Amino acid sequence: MALVLTEEQTMLRDSARGLIGDKAPVAHLRKLRDERDATGFSRDLWKSFAEMGLAGLLVPEEFGGSGLGCVEAGVVMEEIGRNLTPSPLLSTAILAASALVRGGSDAQKKNYLPKIADGSLIAALAVDEGAKHRPSRITLSATRAGNGFKLKGDKALVVDGHVADLLIVAARSSGQPGDVDGLTLFLVDPKAKGVAIERTVMVDAHNAARIGFDDVEVNADQVLGEVDRGGALLEAVLNVGRAAVAAEMLGVADEAFGRTVSYLKERKQFGRLIGEFQALQHRAAHLYTEIEILRAAVLKALQAVDADAAQARLAVAVAKAKAGTVTTLAVQEGVQMHGGMGMTDQFDIGLFMKRGRVLQELFGDSAYHTEALAEWKKY
Amino acid sequence: MTDLDTFRAETRAWLEANCPAEMRTPMQGDEDNFWGGRNAKFASEAQKVWFERMRDKGWTVPDWPTQYGGGGLDGAQHKVLREEMAAIGARPPLSSFGIWMLGPALLKYGNEQQKAEHLPKIARGEIRWCQGYSEPNAGSDLASLQTRAVPDGDDFIINGSKIWTSYANYADWIFCLVRTDPAAKKHDGISFILFDMTSPGVTTKPILLISGKSPFCETFFDNVRVPQSHVVGTINRGWDVAKYLLQHERAMISGMGGRDGGRPLGQVAADSLGTDAQGRLDDPILRGQIATFDVDEAALACAAERAVDLAKAGQLHPAFSSAMKYYGTELNKRRHEILMSAGGIDALEWESVRSHDGARARAWLRTKANSIEGGTSEVMLGIVAKRILDLPGA
Repeated sequence: MALVLTEEQTMLRDSARGLIGDKAPVAHLRKLRDERDATGFSRDLWKSFAEMGLAGLLVPEEFGGSGLGCVEAGVVMEEIGRNLTPSPLLSTAILAASALVRGGSDAQKKNYLPKIADGSLIAALAVDEGAKHRPSRITLSATRAGNGFKLKGDKALVVDGHVADLLIVAARSSGQPGDVDGLTLFLVDPKAKGVAIERTVMVDAHNAARIGFDDVEVNADQVLGEVDRGGALLEAVLNVGRAAVAAEMLGVADEAFGRTVSYLKERKQFGRLIGEFQALQHRAAHLYTEIEILRAAVLKALQAVDADAAQARLAVAVAKAKAGTVTTLAVQEGVQMHGGMGMTDQFDIGLFMKRGRVLQELFGDSAYHTEALAEWKKY
Repeated sequence: MTDLDTFRAETRAWLEANCPAEMRTPMQGDEDNFWGGRNAKFASEAQKVWFERMRDKGWTVPDWPTQYGGGGLDGAQHKVLREEMAAIGARPPLSSFGIWMLGPALLKYGNEQQKAEHLPKIARGEIRWCQGYSEPNAGSDLASLQTRAVPDGDDFIINGSKIWTSYANYADWIFCLVRTDPAAKKHDGISFILFDMTSPGVTTKPILLISGKSPFCETFFDNVRVPQSHVVGTINRGWDVAKYLLQHERAMISGMGGRDGGRPLGQVAADSLGTDAQGRLDDPILRGQIATFDVDEAALACAAERAVDLAKAGQLHPAFSSAMKYYGTELNKRRHEILMSAGGIDALEWESVRSHDGARARAWLRTKANSIEGGTSEVMLGIVAKRILDLPGA
């Protein structure tokens, strides 16, 4: 497959760029942040997304979706990153949809996928527990009780967990933390008894929650996929998410870079445009090179996930690891080259730095994925 | 099955049947390159067999037209061939500045007679070429070159000198930049000309490098007589040809990290350092450096693949090769720093059978030129700043 967007993918990108840039530019995030909006995103905007087919991007056509793939999801995520747009696209349209498509029973698919596609259901994936992303070390326990299970434990950084209508919870049903086997995914009603949801206001003003589960009862039909065999499903879903987050990071990096280059061309110091200084030119050119290399790695990962290639995990590790370092560099250089203005809340560049930091941690930072690659290559 | 699938299957079978086992192992030193030329010598029978079979198929230059000795493959087929060769670790059958640099320039700027004369000989490895660009006072500032070509009847008389002419002492012909109009602005009075290195008045002198070897030479021209018909493109418009050729040179140099057929760094390091109880490389910091390098290398490979696809789609920025050259050469230097760390004391041995006469140290030293030759990293960044980012006064 050629590492360039097809004509259809380019058209999707252009229309997403139009819609998102028009209706949800950075000012949209600022407004929600400054008003301390309880939802943290615009439900009207999400409705527009659904009408455009974006909410059902990964939902098969038989369930009312667009039946597209990860490359398309990545194309939209890049635009989200460019505009720092708060939206349930990642949590619902990408993570929850692919979890249900890959692991759901017929009944589960029929029940949830059409609602995801029409934008009426928000869902959230609850994985991480400690300070860092370590899915194999999940401790939230699922103990057999009657016809089902009881869930006990805590989750952190559950994206859109504060407004979710459905939680997809990764729990340990057997084995010890560190074991690959023994994980099970559950579909949990956030209103169920024992679920405690605390919205966390994150550094980037986006939307996440800490969620506690205190002997939450779930039935057998709320199991997503197979009992004790959820690890592989979770990993597959996480890889979709990681590739999508890498695409969002590419958008963050590229936009921060674009704004920085524009600033270099208009800001004067010492009687000259600062873009005339070779020290800054070389740093900008280096950054351009890094971003173009990231762009190729991200597209490779998205294509590999779509192809279900054996190398998909490797391609995703490369993309997410590279996204972490390149995006960090892009936002840091962005703030530095904006000088004192870069430190002000009034300038947007700082918002990109904050978002980049959150995305770096989400589903594994550069170190996590670099280590994964070393493990894969066995050295 | 699509036509391309059929082509892949046939290619795989052909390579399997025709590529000798010895030609599927990583190259150790320059003697493993076959450079062709009038005085060509094969390092082994396998090298000869492999070269001849590939030559007869036109696969020393798979994407050149068949009329010039090429394989006539389209972009997609060429990619398949590269992938299938990489899959079995096949060595390139012929290393050649004629293929990497002159050929593309001739295909674009040469007249029919020049193409018919030179391209098939490049494809068949009959003539070995060298490049006469840099001069002692015109390195990064290439356009300030002073080698003069003065008209004399139908000929030019060439006087001057060149430096860093790789393998000039083995080359049969040279492609050379000369000043044909000293009064014009510095980019406007340059011509691109071809001549035989055995022409009277041409002498070469190797330059010993820090690696203890000398791929480079100084080359001197003392009243060298060359027909004016040997100019490629228009007289005084040689800068266009030179720039086009440099893009190919930069693309070639940026690919050097991946092309050397080296073993994975993690494996090299594990062999010399050993592993801990968990089977991990017994040096956590180095292990981290290698993994980080691997991420960057894999990402660069994606970008190289994408550049080919973008070029095919007509979307590649012409200055992108500068970005790739910059990144690829810096990465290759990192690779060799890691190799030296992994080798430790053993990698420092300069003259011994055990160290293949210091092969690793010499290769490490050689890579330091990567970010200088073909335009320094700083020049590449300047080109990106000016031509891609459009920064002021760059």
